[in-house]
Amino acid sequence: MRKTLTAMTLALFATGAMAETDPTDWDAVLEAANGQTVYWNAWGGSTTTNEFIAWVGSRVQEDYGVTLEHVKLSDTADAVSRVLAERTAGQDEGGAIDMIWINGENFAAMKRNELLFGPFAEDLPNWQFVDVDGKSVQSDFTVPTEGYESPWAMAQVVFMYDTADLANPLPNMNALLDWSSANPGRFTYPQPPDFLGSTFLKQALYDLVDDPTPLLSSVDDANYTEVTAPLWGFMDALTPTLWREGRAYPQTGATQIQLIADGELDLAISFSPGAASAAIANFELPDTVRTFVLENGTIGNASFVAIPYNASASEGAMVVANFLLSPESQARALDPENLGYGTVLAMDSLSDAERAAFDAIDLGIATLTPAELGTALAEPHPSWMERIEQDWVNRYGVSE
Amino acid sequence: MRQALKYLQINTAPLLRRGRVLYVLPTLTLLAMLGPVLAGLAGTLAPAFGYLPAVGATEFSLAPFQDLFDWRGFWPAVWLSVFVGIVSAVLSLSVVVMIVASLQGSAFFTFVHKMLSPLLAVPHAAAAFGIAFLIAPSGWASRLVSPWLTGWNRPPDLLIVQDPWGLSLIAGLVAKEIPFLLLMMIAAMGQVDFNRSITVARSLGYRREVAWLKVIFPRVYKQIRLPVYVVLAFSLSVVDVAMILGPNTPPTLSVQIVKWMGDPELTLRLRAAAAALVQFVLVLGVIGLWRIGEVMVAKAGLAWVQSGHRGRGFSIFRPFAFGFAVLSALAIFAGIAGLITWSFAGFWSFPEFWPDMFTLRNWMRHGTALADPIRETVLLASVATIVALILTIGCLEAEHRHGLRVSTRGVWLLYLPLLIPQTAFLPGLQTLMLNFGIHSGRVPVIAAHIVFVLPYVFLSLSDPFRAWDRRYGTVASALGASQDRVLWTVRMPMLLAPVLTAAAVGFSVSVGQYLPTLLIGGGRVQSLTTEAVALASGGDRRAIGVYGLAQTVAALVPFAIALLLPRLIWSNRKALRNED
Repeated sequence: MRKTLTAMTLALFATGAMAETDPTDWDAVLEAANGQTVYWNAWGGSTTTNEFIAWVGSRVQEDYGVTLEHVKLSDTADAVSRVLAERTAGQDEGGAIDMIWINGENFAAMKRNELLFGPFAEDLPNWQFVDVDGKSVQSDFTVPTEGYESPWAMAQVVFMYDTADLANPLPNMNALLDWSSANPGRFTYPQPPDFLGSTFLKQALYDLVDDPTPLLSSVDDANYTEVTAPLWGFMDALTPTLWREGRAYPQTGATQIQLIADGELDLAISFSPGAASAAIANFELPDTVRTFVLENGTIGNASFVAIPYNASASEGAMVVANFLLSPESQARALDPENLGYGTVLAMDSLSDAERAAFDAIDLGIATLTPAELGTALAEPHPSWMERIEQDWVNRYGVSE
Repeated sequence: MRQALKYLQINTAPLLRRGRVLYVLPTLTLLAMLGPVLAGLAGTLAPAFGYLPAVGATEFSLAPFQDLFDWRGFWPAVWLSVFVGIVSAVLSLSVVVMIVASLQGSAFFTFVHKMLSPLLAVPHAAAAFGIAFLIAPSGWASRLVSPWLTGWNRPPDLLIVQDPWGLSLIAGLVAKEIPFLLLMMIAAMGQVDFNRSITVARSLGYRREVAWLKVIFPRVYKQIRLPVYVVLAFSLSVVDVAMILGPNTPPTLSVQIVKWMGDPELTLRLRAAAAALVQFVLVLGVIGLWRIGEVMVAKAGLAWVQSGHRGRGFSIFRPFAFGFAVLSALAIFAGIAGLITWSFAGFWSFPEFWPDMFTLRNWMRHGTALADPIRETVLLASVATIVALILTIGCLEAEHRHGLRVSTRGVWLLYLPLLIPQTAFLPGLQTLMLNFGIHSGRVPVIAAHIVFVLPYVFLSLSDPFRAWDRRYGTVASALGASQDRVLWTVRMPMLLAPVLTAAAVGFSVSVGQYLPTLLIGGGRVQSLTTEAVALASGGDRRAIGVYGLAQTVAALVPFAIALLLPRLIWSNRKALRNED
């Protein structure tokens, strides 16, 4: 009763953001969240993701009385701009954004500029199921998350290839170059600084350097020119063999899927091991498409959700973040019928019934098993990505 | 006399109060239209000169400009923007002149006019998607001739869409600008007595095309000069079409500004603001250049007119005019057909002309998600249009009653929001709004839409409103009707058709707004257009098909209503139906 009174008093005076409940007091969080509307800013370019978020919305409404609105972005950085613009204007509460699907440099930028609410992630009740040891959920591109963002999906680089045109997987980047030289115009990657395009550059760098350790600390500590020399040699050789001779690039990863379906490409990079199976199910890819990983492994990372420091409904956002970590939600996301995203949970922390739900999922014809995927390579420090992107833009991005 | 006035004032006090509202309406209209633009420009200035405290930049300097000029893509991007802007404007204007000069008066011209008018309402993004699918190496044009003619079993690796010269971008812009300029031209021709002028010129032995060019064009051009500048400024700074059809290595300056605005590296906002100012100066410069071109063409034209050439050989333009008119319409119609086909497509590979199967699955997947954006789009567009109509009618009525006529210079003000690039003032406006504690949401978005809706509503309503025969009003007043009553019971009913058309124009303009909805709405206001462009980043042609069609329908339905309603209401008043 007293809690209700406090909540009511707060509701009288609060414009919304003032009621920032301590995440460790979960009952209070649930109470404050009931009736809130959470604006989740997430990339809206994928129909399957949009449908998944809509499902999450219906579930949190049902269980917690939280209304979830998906603000569909064409670029996550739009949300970062928005929070920045709000702070510029001194709007330190009642902000337009309650939650952002985020990782990598966007997270690094927001954390550096103190634009995030928290720490909250490790206080969420469902954190107990998270595979803290086996999966890189506490650092994001080597930047410690420190509870300022909560993981909800695992991703790993795979290459989608059309077996009708490319019979066998390619073991490494040099094999990719040989194949592309022999089959010009059949491969490309999204234009950096698109997230996936930059990932291709990092993946190539990983595969081409002898010693990847410098990549894990800040670029300032290493000899950038020397470390990246093999990458630019490789790119100079690869670029003329690319789709459209490297004079134009797809703007996003999803565009590549359309290009494979059109028969323009035979090979494309993806950050979602289950995406190819999901696309086949939706008629977006021919059923001859399969996936592979490089012999020396591929980069993996987690997708997170973060809450801006001036969110209007931080409690509601925490409830959604917690729901995303529930076995129910994670199993649904894993199913390629829905999303095909890897889980962040540790299977041995689950009950038998919960584990059975995961085991029952048919991963789809184009999806590799966890064993085939192997252990993911850690993302390089974000400073590498920024330098490589800049360099790429100067070398290839303004060439015409 | 004074006493007489006093007497009147007492008796007509309520009327005069209302009259006072009419007096302030023109000012209010200008404020609604130009306030946000000027405020936004002001909000861009500070960061362009290095002042953006949120990223720790507190010193005024020229560093952002230095940084901008150091970007290697700067000159290519500027050159590309200018090239695309000038070439699309020259091309669209030439084609329209060719069509009107060689075809006006023919039955085919009426047909072209009827066919192109609805195309005006097709949102730019939807038209661009359609055209991209037509001309891509894996598109319909290529499928039509493959593999039986070309031997292509796979799409050829040709750089057509997103070509570095921006040619496909120009094609997309021209296809959309031809209907706009053509309708403007036809409206302007109504102002000059072209039939009799042509008859005189032809009786002097001038060929049809030459007669039009020598006698009508100079007079018509004077009237469509501002719309031509709008086309020029628009092609120079368009964002959504350039993202779909334009090159990316580098893109046009406007697209790059939007990219920088959205970069996680926050200090790039400074560079973006500097680029926004450059974009503004670029538009001014190119319009200035065009003006010089006008003077030169006028000089050369005058010499040509005085030479007295009757102009043999001009008829060779007729097939070209015919061809371009058909091509422009075909590009958009076939593009929409492409959107329809994709929205019902199952698996569909190259070089199949049709999908393997048709399915309702795409519509079922997206159908439920469409409801909210449709509601939002209709709400935004309705309110913006109604406000714009009230302001416009108020202004025109004030002009009618009190002679508060907008001068020729005032017409420039109307065009200002259409001439200043959106990328130059919207980001600044967003920051300013926040500074004054105005929360993002529906109301500010509607206000931002009004900035763009108002000029179009005003431009399309002002001519019929002014052309209304005042004698009807005099007769009504003589029968004892007050001025208000004349307005509501005589003038408005008679002008029903043009008012509805103006409303439809305003509605479709609002439906097409992308940047204002995205930036001012803080992402919380989701219209069909913002959803469609967000989906476009995913490249899922089925989803794009569904949303592109929904967007097109939202823009076209008001035109259909504007066409049908007067016929229904005035089914027994033929002269009021405004049938052309």
